[in-house]
Amino acid sequence: MTELFNLQSASVQFGSVHALMDCALRIQAGERVALIGSNGSGKSTMLRLLHGLLKPSRGILSVDPSAPQAMLFQRPYMLRASVLHNIALGLWLRGTPWAAAKVHALAALERVGLADLAARSAKALSIGQQQRLALARAWALKPRVLLLDEPTASLDPTAKREVEKLMQDFASSGMTLIFSSHNLGQVKRLASRVVYLEQGRVVADLPTRDFFNGPLPLAAENFLRGELG
Amino acid sequence: MNTFSSSLSSAFSLLAGRDALLLDVVLRSLAVSGLACVIASSVGLLLGAWLGVSRFKGRGAVLALLNTALALPSVVVGLVVYLLLSRSGPLGFLGWLFSFNAMVLAQSVLVLPVVMALVRQTIEDADRKHGEQFTSLGAGRLMRSLILLWDERYALLTVLIAAFGRAISEVGAVMVVGGNIDGFTRVMTTSIALETSKGDLPLALALGMVLLGVVLLLNVLISLVKRVVIRT
Repeated sequence: MTELFNLQSASVQFGSVHALMDCALRIQAGERVALIGSNGSGKSTMLRLLHGLLKPSRGILSVDPSAPQAMLFQRPYMLRASVLHNIALGLWLRGTPWAAAKVHALAALERVGLADLAARSAKALSIGQQQRLALARAWALKPRVLLLDEPTASLDPTAKREVEKLMQDFASSGMTLIFSSHNLGQVKRLASRVVYLEQGRVVADLPTRDFFNGPLPLAAENFLRGELG
Repeated sequence: MNTFSSSLSSAFSLLAGRDALLLDVVLRSLAVSGLACVIASSVGLLLGAWLGVSRFKGRGAVLALLNTALALPSVVVGLVVYLLLSRSGPLGFLGWLFSFNAMVLAQSVLVLPVVMALVRQTIEDADRKHGEQFTSLGAGRLMRSLILLWDERYALLTVLIAAFGRAISEVGAVMVVGGNIDGFTRVMTTSIALETSKGDLPLALALGMVLLGVVLLLNVLISLVKRVVIRT
């Protein structure tokens, strides 16, 4: 299997705040990795680091440059433009001519079931639809790695199911998924591996089944008990 | 109060009668300030947006200078432009002193920091909130500033109103570089100052009302544009 990410003793510091400390993580192609942990544990920082939006303050991060990435943010931002143009912009920014970008964008909208809304203003969509649009925008870039920061955090159950279904489809097409979540049910359904973070440190890194069946380090055990209890 | 009310009624008569002198001054004012805003905006929007997303050594000092320039007295701007355009100045060869062009140049200089500073703040705030998402899509710094500029276009209309308001209401710069020459460089504000000193209060008041009316009309138009856009 191809190794996509290799993080060695990596730390990220914002001023005096240590967002990540001495983290080690290797991710292979095709994995579905869930990052879990309480608020402020470093999940989003880890995703931003892997995506190249941050540089490690210390340590080494090796990324396979041949694997294109896309990221879905917790609150995806939509431009004051049509649904179609929101997707086409991403493609255009990566070098696709505008006319071709619009054609690809429409295909991406069909993929997530939003083709009928192509001409509508993206700002006018519901939060669930915006999340699907953001997924389409990411998917249109044909990434091999998709990073998702709490992709279903503010969605109702129906929208949550739709987004999860899309994530499952993407994963089954061979895409590597790395996502953060507070929803342990979702982690069980989608992840092949769970990385538990606490105060910027990787405390547990196990296959999903092993993670939920323990034994775990005490901190992860307590988190699990708190979330499930 | 009698002087005020009689001046006011005379002012209304001048406006209703479309007084030629009044129209001439009003149209010139609009042309000078409008053109100055177009020039300052075309430069200021781009530079302000770039400043909003860029990070470089000395940026803090540049921002401090820019914010200081917001408080530039218009007569000082007039004086500097006067020195630049005077025969012995570096731009003296243009022969623009006491002309329409000199007034446009002076107001452009006056308004440029307003546009740049307000655009910089708007774009920086937007970039802090959403910039990473555009970087993730593949936008570099310059492209990010252009995308945000376009995306914040309705918020930036308010910046343009502020710039136009600053330009059309100033008197010092146009007085110094234009000279308030009748039928040539006389604009609303210089005319108000002159007519007041001569004691012709109705004309001064009528010009003041037009000045306020123009800014009010502009505000209403931009509010309408925003409302229509939000509705559609």
